[in-house]
Amino acid sequence: MSKYNILFQKLKEQKKHAFIPFFVIGDPDYQTSLTVVKKAIDSGADALELGLAFSDPVADGVVIQAADKRALDSSIKVDDAFRFIAEIREYANKITSECLLPIGLLVYCNLVYKRGVEKFYSDAKKAGVDSILIADMPLEESGLVLDAAKNNEIDQIFLVTQTSSNERIKEINKLSFGFIYLVSVLGVTGARTNFSKDVSAFIKRVKENSTLPVCVGFGISNKNQVKEVIDAGADGAIVGSAVVKLIENNLGNKEKMLVDIESFISEMKKEP
Amino acid sequence: MKLNTKFGKFGGLFVPETLVAALEELESAFIKYKDDKKFNDELNDLLKNYAGRPTPLYFAKRLSKIAGCKIYLKREDLLHGGAHKTNNALGQGLLAKYMGKKRIIAETGAGQHGAAVAMIGALFGIKTEVFMGSEDIRRQRANVLRMKLCGTKVISVESGSRTLKDAINEALRDWIANVQDTFYLFGTVAGPHPYPTIVKHFQKVIGEESKKQILDTEKRLPDYVIACVGGGSNAIGIFNEFLEDKNVKLIGVEPAGHGLNTNKHGATLNKGSIGVLHGSMSYVLQDSDGQILETHSVSAGLDYPGVGPEHSFLKDVKRVKYESITDKEAINAFKLLSEVEGIMPALESSHAIAYAMKLAKTLDKNKVIIINLSGRGDKDLEQMEFLVK
Ligand SMILES: Cc1ncc(COP(=O)(O)O)c(C=O)c1O
Repeated sequence: MSKYNILFQKLKEQKKHAFIPFFVIGDPDYQTSLTVVKKAIDSGADALELGLAFSDPVADGVVIQAADKRALDSSIKVDDAFRFIAEIREYANKITSECLLPIGLLVYCNLVYKRGVEKFYSDAKKAGVDSILIADMPLEESGLVLDAAKNNEIDQIFLVTQTSSNERIKEINKLSFGFIYLVSVLGVTGARTNFSKDVSAFIKRVKENSTLPVCVGFGISNKNQVKEVIDAGADGAIVGSAVVKLIENNLGNKEKMLVDIESFISEMKKEP
Repeated sequence: MKLNTKFGKFGGLFVPETLVAALEELESAFIKYKDDKKFNDELNDLLKNYAGRPTPLYFAKRLSKIAGCKIYLKREDLLHGGAHKTNNALGQGLLAKYMGKKRIIAETGAGQHGAAVAMIGALFGIKTEVFMGSEDIRRQRANVLRMKLCGTKVISVESGSRTLKDAINEALRDWIANVQDTFYLFGTVAGPHPYPTIVKHFQKVIGEESKKQILDTEKRLPDYVIACVGGGSNAIGIFNEFLEDKNVKLIGVEPAGHGLNTNKHGATLNKGSIGVLHGSMSYVLQDSDGQILETHSVSAGLDYPGVGPEHSFLKDVKRVKYESITDKEAINAFKLLSEVEGIMPALESSHAIAYAMKLAKTLDKNKVIIINLSGRGDKDLEQMEFLVK
């Protein structure tokens, strides 16, 4: 059973929900990034989404674009990223109960393809990755990776968006493992302070057409939004740009960066 | 998807989930209208009376004399707008109109596609917004002014190398956010399915006319057809009709910039490896991790690290040969054609001319070459001012 199954089962029993922060590996540099992500674990993150920096992140807004650029400018390579994940895995196993902290990798297709799909997945597995989401790979192209995911026991995650039909959501649910990543907004990543009115209805529509846990991401920046998506039936919330922004805001003051990350995550983690 | 999305293993639709439904909608509209009588009557009327098709196939006598064989120029430079881009902008623009779209976005490099989109926006009364890298805004100022005059909003893109690749990134991001009412009018045979197929459909008229015209004048097929390759739309446009004619050699010319052995070029098929960029699998200029490299070419329209997937296929099956020409050689050809024929070519097209002149030296004098003169050089005059000083 995958770490995600165990996590969501446990949370369900406790009537709790997953809080999943997103970071770009190596933002703004390897060491700082390592302390930031460890701090996120200490602060109570239930799982992690870690992104591999890419030169042309078309699904990302300005905040994550800038994070990708900082990581690339500090010469983070894919090899470094896997080393980074291995360090995080080791740390998480030491401090979390039952070694239970799923690590998801968010990546653009070219980085997977260039390394060789099978090698990418087996390197990811060795480093301790539990799931892979390829931002620019819809169902239609997933044949490229599904075997590698299965062979290496990595959960393949797909996005569902407001433009996905019910039929398509069912199809995605069939091919997905771990959870379904529900994109709350029409648009690229980036913090919004509130959602459009139809988000709750959309979450309900996805829940009705799927069996896996549903985590909502893109655009969440505050507790009200978390409450809104949980009330609508979501099983977890993924927060990217709002967390990455805390790094960007404190590039000159690493201590404050860690304090801000800690207080943001603990605040978001408080169940209402 | 209903149509084949791939050319061999190349192509596909590597896009975020949000865009899949929009690409499906676009494909359905394309299937519905491509053989529709009313649609085609309207398009053909516009191509003829608005844009000036058919374009001439001109026998360049003085150039031929210097070259030492027969050179014909397919005069897409005479098309309204000044480049082949108008064929595609009219076709897709009409699709957008039939689909009832209220807003059209596009990317542009040299500004020729942007200018064509601006024109059809004015023509159809649809709001248009064009993304353009700030480096290209600087070097293709004349086209920026044309776009603005036609009522287009030109959005300056400051990310990456601030050229075509970055303009496409921004246009895709805009489309993801505004997918419900916006039509993305893509400018070349790259991008996700169905763009490579749609753009080819609207550009293949170049080759259809060329074949008829050369059979009329020479009573035989050409020995060579040569075109420059940025994303590859003018090249596919003229090659497509000749693909089955195995004796016609097809040559695509890429920008070698400062030279293929430097890191300042845009010769994707010559120096790239297979990858995924802007929605399709194709050759890509990238580093060992798969990060996309910055490119260089004196011509903004060829300054791109990707290439249309069908070209990757045609390279691998060896139906088309892909050569390259440096900035310097292209600039010399720009000057040469102006001086001996009174035709000022676009810097993009100058690459095709330069290669044809090189090739001609090795050929018998009865050989026939058709060069796709994809556009005129007015837009480049400011950048080439040093040539006349
Ligand atoms: C005159 C001209 N030729 C060629 C190109 C390159 O595009 P493609 O390779 O799609 O024909 C451009 C692009 O801007 C252009 O303006």
